[in-house]
Amino acid sequence: MTFTDDVPPRATGIPVRRVIGLAILAALLLFAFLPLVTGGPDPLKQSLRLSLQGPSASAWFGYDHLGRSMQARLSAALRLSLGLALLSVVTAMVPGVLLGIAAAWRGGVLDEMIGGISEAFMALPGLLLVLMLTAIVPDNAMMLYLGISLVLWVEYFRLTRALARPLLLSPSVEASGLLGFGPWYIVRRHLWPELAPMLVTVGSYGAASAIMAIAALGFVSVGVRPPTPELGAMMIELLPYYEEAPHALLQPIAVIFLMVLALQLIGAKEKA
Amino acid sequence: MTRVILGRLVQASLVALMVGLLTFVMTRSLPGDMAYRIAAGRYGYDIVDSAAAAKVAAELNIDQPALVALGHWMFDLVRFDFGTSLISGLPVIEEIASQLGHTLKLAFAAIVLSLLIGPPLGILAGLRPGGVLDRGLVVLSTSVRALPQFVVGLGLIIIFSLTFKLVPAAGHDHGAHLFLPALTLALGLAAVSNRVARDAMRSVSETSFYAFGRTKGLGEWQVFRRHGLRNVAVPIITYLGVQFVYLIEGVVVVETLFAWPGIGHALVHAIFGRDVPMIQGAALIMGLMFVALNALVDALSHVIDPRERRS
Repeated sequence: MTFTDDVPPRATGIPVRRVIGLAILAALLLFAFLPLVTGGPDPLKQSLRLSLQGPSASAWFGYDHLGRSMQARLSAALRLSLGLALLSVVTAMVPGVLLGIAAAWRGGVLDEMIGGISEAFMALPGLLLVLMLTAIVPDNAMMLYLGISLVLWVEYFRLTRALARPLLLSPSVEASGLLGFGPWYIVRRHLWPELAPMLVTVGSYGAASAIMAIAALGFVSVGVRPPTPELGAMMIELLPYYEEAPHALLQPIAVIFLMVLALQLIGAKEKA
Repeated sequence: MTRVILGRLVQASLVALMVGLLTFVMTRSLPGDMAYRIAAGRYGYDIVDSAAAAKVAAELNIDQPALVALGHWMFDLVRFDFGTSLISGLPVIEEIASQLGHTLKLAFAAIVLSLLIGPPLGILAGLRPGGVLDRGLVVLSTSVRALPQFVVGLGLIIIFSLTFKLVPAAGHDHGAHLFLPALTLALGLAAVSNRVARDAMRSVSETSFYAFGRTKGLGEWQVFRRHGLRNVAVPIITYLGVQFVYLIEGVVVVETLFAWPGIGHALVHAIFGRDVPMIQGAALIMGLMFVALNALVDALSHVIDPRERRS
């Protein structure tokens, strides 16, 4: 007889796909941020002599149509995409979770009010909201960040509220309350262990869709404007040179593919 | 059912509210003096002076408080009175009416195509979980979902139009032009719906009534048609509702990529030119289309699933 008999079985260790996802993400982060440490070519420096030159021993990624270093542009674009996506996810997650807990705890008018606001944000497809916000103040990455965060917070709020409501009514929370533990203890001890796995999943999917949205807006030329390196904008820039330099077009595609794939692998729920 | 319809009506009014508020902020943040702009539009740029602008301001009540102006703005919106496009000069409602037809054609073709690709493959995979088809589909759908729609579209253009020269890459003259944009959207939708169909088929084929159907001697096709099809269809249809977000967002990108003259294309161009009446009309109609498609899914699942009706 041991106490472990009563503990529900939990998966030990991290699932393989999550490890693969984390490994790809780590490699991408290294690629994106290493030039900041070691110093590398300037992503904006043009040199038409090198235009569309293929990969070589000195420059593994070759050059784009204006002779700018593809490596420098890719890592700068990665910093922008990953940075903006992670920032929006965190900005959405914190108020989303806090409002969700507050709504589940208080119920009543507060719950209905925040619930109503979240309905309003869910009524429109997310990209439409982001598009209209970028129309208010064009050429501004701040609006992109604001729009994506406004789209993402709803999911955290609704899932947190749905998870927290039955937990707060459970006998164990009641017992903690009767023993005199404060709200902070209840959140940390009873709610957080249940919320954390959901946050990982929703967070990585949210980051993936944020990256897709940034690239889509860059691609239709309403997002980040040239010459700022951005993956979607790079693709539309390099598309006319597809015949001469397929490597240049394929690189941003491969980068965005790896980035979204990594986030999806991290977020994927374990199932049979 | 009435509750579901009521919910959709509330959603539709929320769409109008959001679009109205956002475009109102957009007009207020436009640079320049509103009275001067309108006066210039009326009398021509050369003969506008401060007297003309003051007359316009007095006549149109331009100096009214923001809240009153917002009230008028929303009232115009719910009457579908969008005004005229700042760029083409035509009434917005006329432009959007023709664009909506193109967009609906594209969306409809994409949904049908995705239903032809996704669920059948998913059902076959679900009948043999862990088989070659099942594992192949996991890899394929994960890859498609990790690519933005415009990359899928670009890939299709390169394969079908540039390499094999089978269908035109862009334009909208005849039916062949519909193929690539619809396929682009359909592949994205099918990448999710085949997984949903696979999971649904797997759980249905593990039930005792399915096993009993087999034991009493029904053929594989008969037992599927009698006991499987309806059960599998419910989650697929329900999931279509979730996917409409993807479809509407996809329409914006894919129409722009393939120069398809629909609402998404118009919206992107309106944003480019800061054509507020056009942005307002296009966004409102796209939002309402989203609500209407969802209402359609509600109705469909109501027809297919008798359990919903009883409760």
